[in-house]
Amino acid sequence: MTHRVWRVGADVDTDQLAPGAYMKLGIEDIAKHCLERVRPEFAGEVRPGDVLVAGPNFGIGSSREQAASALATLGLRAVIAPSFSGLYFRNAFNVGLLLLTCPEAETLQEGDRITLDLAAHQVVGPDGRALPCAPIPDFLQDMVEAGGLMMQLKKRLADGTLTRHPMRR
Amino acid sequence: MAAQTLAQKLLAHASGRPGVEVDEIVNCRVDLAMFHDSSGPRRLKPMLEALGTGIWDRNKVVLVMDHYVPEADDDSRRIVRIAREWAREQDLPHVYDSVGICHVVLPERGHLRPGMLCVGGDSHSPTGGAFGAYMFGVGSTEMLGVVASGEIWVRVPQTLDMRWHGRLRDGVSAKDMMLHMVGRFGMNGGRYQAVEFSGEAVRALSMQERMTLSNMAAEMGAQAGLVAPDDTTLRYLRSVGVADADIDIEHWQSDPDAEAERYDFDANALAPQVALPHSPANTRDVDQCVGTAIQVAYIGACTGAKLDDLRAAARVLKGRRVAAGTELMVAPASQRDQEQAAREGVMDALVQAGANVLPTSCGACSGYGGSIPEGANVIATTARNFKGRMGPATAQVYLASPYTVAASAIAGAISDPREVLQ
Repeated sequence: MTHRVWRVGADVDTDQLAPGAYMKLGIEDIAKHCLERVRPEFAGEVRPGDVLVAGPNFGIGSSREQAASALATLGLRAVIAPSFSGLYFRNAFNVGLLLLTCPEAETLQEGDRITLDLAAHQVVGPDGRALPCAPIPDFLQDMVEAGGLMMQLKKRLADGTLTRHPMRR
Repeated sequence: MAAQTLAQKLLAHASGRPGVEVDEIVNCRVDLAMFHDSSGPRRLKPMLEALGTGIWDRNKVVLVMDHYVPEADDDSRRIVRIAREWAREQDLPHVYDSVGICHVVLPERGHLRPGMLCVGGDSHSPTGGAFGAYMFGVGSTEMLGVVASGEIWVRVPQTLDMRWHGRLRDGVSAKDMMLHMVGRFGMNGGRYQAVEFSGEAVRALSMQERMTLSNMAAEMGAQAGLVAPDDTTLRYLRSVGVADADIDIEHWQSDPDAEAERYDFDANALAPQVALPHSPANTRDVDQCVGTAIQVAYIGACTGAKLDDLRAAARVLKGRRVAAGTELMVAPASQRDQEQAAREGVMDALVQAGANVLPTSCGACSGYGGSIPEGANVIATTARNFKGRMGPATAQVYLASPYTVAASAIAGAISDPREVLQ
């Protein structure tokens, strides 16, 4: 399966991904404004399975995880960039958004069709060239494949590895 | 056991090990989880209900309403109402409603001590590192994990030791130190490692000034921003009611021979700094921006409107007037700081200079509650100047210290505060 590339630049911050003015809204509505300042057509035209390819320092700024959930909501298969904000990295895996740290990400172009080879820690460009990605710790890989931390917590509560606490409703 | 940095000691303690190695992933027990009206109840409540579980330890949770207060519209009212109702329903013992910004309220109410492992539902949570606690920001789903389990994973970071030699000159502050470091290393130069601030110039800083350093470790992309505790820490903690028995200064220090990346800075040589639009890393010495016209001067935020920040601004503004055509807004970081500032005559000095005093909340800094006009040049004591962060995308936001913002308000243009303070 191939994935269509959307290209953005370096230092994409959380205010571009989830603008403060819309933070009062639910994630479906925030997602409509995702990246509107740099790519006004993005939220409307992106399709499930597409990938976002960015420059360094993707996701800098706020801890608001809506900046990751917005992309997951839009159906993005992955974000591929040479580096990510550490806080954004945690948030993305927690909400089920795959991030690939790929030093040569910026050699990919808008509209390219690429494939992901997660087992080999690489993405393969349209010319067949493999771009290496940093390995992801197994527990994070498992979590993102399960759909995020919420799913993992559900499983742990069910199998008894996590203790249930009183709900006080 | 190999020599350990302060960060390693804190994570070893939290994970119940004698020592930890850089890059190993450890599971830590959490001593304190802080969240606010935006990141907290409105997100946590439905997720906890979906999981069918509750809070692991209510005594270790602190809720602060600071982002959507005072409520400006129906959405804000709904979000804050959810927080208040949930706080009652859960019978939370530590709730601070509309009394200040979470990062300032947390230490002033005695919740932080050296040796703790804390998480906050806000990116500026590294502020807690000023007290020798390992504190970092997390998103709401990760906070859900903490609230449900009392645990969180951490990859043991390297330490980037920022050693500041000498003393800051009058009119130069922690904010200038931090803007300088963000400019030098970039917005992600901290690589999600731990930064430790050390040296004579850091030792000479008040706790609130140290908080400004730790706070903006976030702007360097570090996970934590630590200052090893000392007598200044001890005096502050005593003043907010922390018992001596709970304060260990001696243990919570980096071993002198622990491995760290070390960087040296000369505090004597540091000029006031200004970060130009639209990045905190776009930093220059003030003399390169002097004369840029501004329409709004904003003294606010956890990083820029604490008592010491208000005092600094008042030193510049006392007996002077804000320039015609320039608006000065002051949103004190906490009610306690505002009350103390009032007792000292600091608030009077600000108001007499023409300041418009706003509620003690995150206000315009987060862009949640906006009063910044379209197209305005703004100079602010806040931490971030991303395009559109404060509301309008057409605003040009410059970041600077309270001294520099105050001096610029008087001139109606970016100015060097040292010329006013002479």
